[in-house]
Amino acid sequence: MNAMRRAWESDLSYSFRHSPITVLAAFMVIVLFAGAILAPLIAPYSPFDPATLNLMNGFTPPMTPNTFTGETFWLGTDDQGRDMFSAILYGMRISLFVGFAAVLLALVLGVVAGLVAGYAGGWVDTIIMRIADVQLTFPSILVAMLIFGIAKGLTPPDMRDQMAIWVLIVSIGLSDWVQFARVVRGATLVERNREYVQAARLIGRSRSAIMFRHVLPNVTSPVLVIATIGLALAIIAEATLSFLGVGAPPTQPSLGTLIRIGQGYLFSGEWWILFFPAVTLLVLALSVNLLGDWLREALNPRLR
Amino acid sequence: MSFDHAQPRETLVSVSGLSVHFPIYAGLIRRQVGTVRAVDGVTFDVARGETLGLVGESGCGKSTTGRAILRLVEATSGKILMAGQDIASLGAEPLRRMRPRMQMIFQDPHASLNPRMTVGSIIAEPLTEHGTLRGRARQRRVEELLDAVGLNPDFANRYPHEFSGGQRQRIGIARALALDPDFIVCDEPIAALDVSIQAQVVNLLEELQERLGLTYLFISHDLSMVRHIADRVAVMYLGKIIELATRDALYDAPKHPYTQALLSAVPIPNPRVEATRRHIILKGDVPSPANPPSGCRFRTRCPIAEARCAAEEPAWRKLEDGRHVACHFAT
Repeated sequence: MNAMRRAWESDLSYSFRHSPITVLAAFMVIVLFAGAILAPLIAPYSPFDPATLNLMNGFTPPMTPNTFTGETFWLGTDDQGRDMFSAILYGMRISLFVGFAAVLLALVLGVVAGLVAGYAGGWVDTIIMRIADVQLTFPSILVAMLIFGIAKGLTPPDMRDQMAIWVLIVSIGLSDWVQFARVVRGATLVERNREYVQAARLIGRSRSAIMFRHVLPNVTSPVLVIATIGLALAIIAEATLSFLGVGAPPTQPSLGTLIRIGQGYLFSGEWWILFFPAVTLLVLALSVNLLGDWLREALNPRLR
Repeated sequence: MSFDHAQPRETLVSVSGLSVHFPIYAGLIRRQVGTVRAVDGVTFDVARGETLGLVGESGCGKSTTGRAILRLVEATSGKILMAGQDIASLGAEPLRRMRPRMQMIFQDPHASLNPRMTVGSIIAEPLTEHGTLRGRARQRRVEELLDAVGLNPDFANRYPHEFSGGQRQRIGIARALALDPDFIVCDEPIAALDVSIQAQVVNLLEELQERLGLTYLFISHDLSMVRHIADRVAVMYLGKIIELATRDALYDAPKHPYTQALLSAVPIPNPRVEATRRHIILKGDVPSPANPPSGCRFRTRCPIAEARCAAEEPAWRKLEDGRHVACHFAT
């Protein structure tokens, strides 16, 4: 009770409650995340199960009943007769899973690289940060496509569809670690000269213990902010890759795959196949981004 | 607590010819273009149980000396003998085993405690790293240490930001004491504290010294506080010790012109005496340690400098009363 009361009265909670846009963004994030997580319970159809599809239902406009069962397709169907509402829920699941996993990978890689570079200094620092600089000169979507292409070439053809999601995660994760590494390195350079780090050295603690037990907990708040904004970017990167046809396969459509399928029918009148996944992606990425922006301002003592 | 001269004491730490040079890099290919001689050939002994004061103005190398003795910065050359071992050349593992015997109390109590750790885990960390204490026994030791520095043992579960500067400094002292060290480097331990708190912390340090037989290297620029706590005092200028004497000898009859100038700057809390006293005002600034003057380093500001001072570096001489001084004219 006491802890809840303290949380409610904290600065973070105050700035949250007094920003209507942030509250709205948080609400949207919760609704969309819940929809994605609970998709098997909410969705009227299973879009991954070809047995439930009927081509006769193809291109049903929104709010139109199913020719066979009479159930309403709220958001219409695509060319295969797949219920768009179910497909969007399941697609969001894939988009979010890829986004979270890719950010987690980028975070772990970037934080470790940044800590080591910042704490060790010297040539270790030079090598790590030069690699980061070189990678930064390429657009990250290009890096992701490159990694995706190489990984796809290395996996056997019959496993490609199953591996596609994991390859997607690795390629987005590897293209985004630089942001984390730079920020963590900068913060580590400040922290490593503080006296509590010297006190730990005097005790005789090892370098890795000092890095992970002492420095790491003190450089996490910027990491949290980058991770949130990075999640929005990773979701968009996944959608971009899938839209370009190098991401999630049509058998496991993510939001990007749905948009790619839909854009083929945009000018023939079946606008809903493109429109609803695109709006979902927009709202999802925008809400996460707004939350990240708020977090950055709320956690930055200089902006208070 | 005065230093007993009649009874010769065992030397605990012996520093000889200690130098710490930092390279200066510049240009595109990071070529070394010079050297900052932060500490340049410092020699002194610290006897067991005594407090050696190390004074000097900002940037003279006193903190670097303290840090080099504990190997927080690497010495360029010189020896640091403690218990028969040369700390300056110890490998990583033998050094780690020596760590419990020498600790440090830091200047800034706001930076010296990890803000993300509880007070209990800060004090327990050295015990975990070196000790054999576990669980309940370790917790008892932490409470004992908190009690020893005058804090409530129930504070163990709180975080550093919940405490005042003086309380935090006490926590830092408890951490330094955790492993029963012989030798503690106090690096300006009171400089960041409120004046009303300074005396409390100094008294605590004296009380702990008496009770635990500690040896201090007390680094400070507060000459009055050093006079209060130190048995012997070393004065540093631009990386070198220029005078080393017992406290009373140094404060009553300074021999080196720099020591004389420093002491004349300490105000006396009596306006009549203060008004009639002669102040020695030094000209100019401290020269850069990257490019120290030839001969005697103090000659550029010294009121009694002669041609000889530029040509010849003064020897580290022992005078009749037992003090050491580096000046051609001191007798």
